[in-house]
Amino acid sequence: MTKMDLVMFEEEFGQLQEIIGRLQRDSACKVVFLVDKNGTQIAAAGDVRSIDATSLASLTAGNVAATDGLAKLIGEKEFSLLFHEGEKDNLHISIVGKRGILVVIFDQNSSLALVRLRVKKASRELLEIFERVETRAEAQVPESARFESPFSEITDEDIDRLFGD
Amino acid sequence: MTFINYASHEINCKIVYYGPGLCGKTTNLQWIYTQANPMKRGKLVSLATETDRTLFFDFLPLDMGTIKGFKVRFHLYTVPGQVFYDASRKLILRGCDGVIFVADSQRPRLEANIESIANLATNLRDNGFDIRTIPYVLQLNKRDMPTAASQGELEAMLQFRNEPVIEAVASRGLGVLDSLKACARQILMELQKS
Repeated sequence: MTKMDLVMFEEEFGQLQEIIGRLQRDSACKVVFLVDKNGTQIAAAGDVRSIDATSLASLTAGNVAATDGLAKLIGEKEFSLLFHEGEKDNLHISIVGKRGILVVIFDQNSSLALVRLRVKKASRELLEIFERVETRAEAQVPESARFESPFSEITDEDIDRLFGD
Repeated sequence: MTFINYASHEINCKIVYYGPGLCGKTTNLQWIYTQANPMKRGKLVSLATETDRTLFFDFLPLDMGTIKGFKVRFHLYTVPGQVFYDASRKLILRGCDGVIFVADSQRPRLEANIESIANLATNLRDNGFDIRTIPYVLQLNKRDMPTAASQGELEAMLQFRNEPVIEAVASRGLGVLDSLKACARQILMELQKS
């Protein structure tokens, strides 16, 4: 299998941001994060300043990966939904497509039922966008149709400057 | 698997530190964490046992600056080295862009190093990668130990594809940044080629 980088353009990012923003409002939750299964944050909505988003993305991906491992042990393909109940705040984690993880943090201002309902709708919308991104990553693109990557011009000097050499 | 976000002008790459138990993977990350500019690094997340053995992974995000207008972030992970944590090691390798193999230079640990490289090859293959082509650096750690084998002996036993070999004493920071830079450089050159 060749390595497939995940590339996201502005339009798709804007659409993702709009969907999770709407999810955050409609579900009355505190924060919504959209995370890549490799542990990178893709987008966020709500009161994100109160949370270390980088750590959350990494731990969520690890959590999902470990749960995937458990699922396979018992003959399941995956557990698409995880719910962690806290004293004040709760965490709802769901898988979107092959690559995405949707994380919703909510408190007593919302409910699990409402979150599940809204997440179901948002997931359908997010899936369409993810499928577009994944299809592009997997497609055999003719050289003439490739977009102009800024990284094709990386030089040794660029890399040296990055490391302060 | 590099994540390139054209909207936010960010590129995120994942580097995994691999090796047998107690070889110094976590020590590498801890040293980077203490030495890096606090503005350039995030929190060090360590999922460990009560005796400070890595249970699932350590994680440290690092901002490396900008290249061609894109913010370059490296996500550094370590795997648990103890043999029975193989299932976890396989998961942590998901989507990795480069590997730094931390070898324990001590002679009694030679076999453990060899087994760990074989284990890495298997786990990379199960994740769709090839150990012969993925960006890869061999760090010979614990060069200061009295039982350390010679560099030549270690290279003969562990180096297999002309990868960069870097001597290190991670507890004192020697070779830590050189290893990271060598791996990051390979990843960025791969990005250029692709």
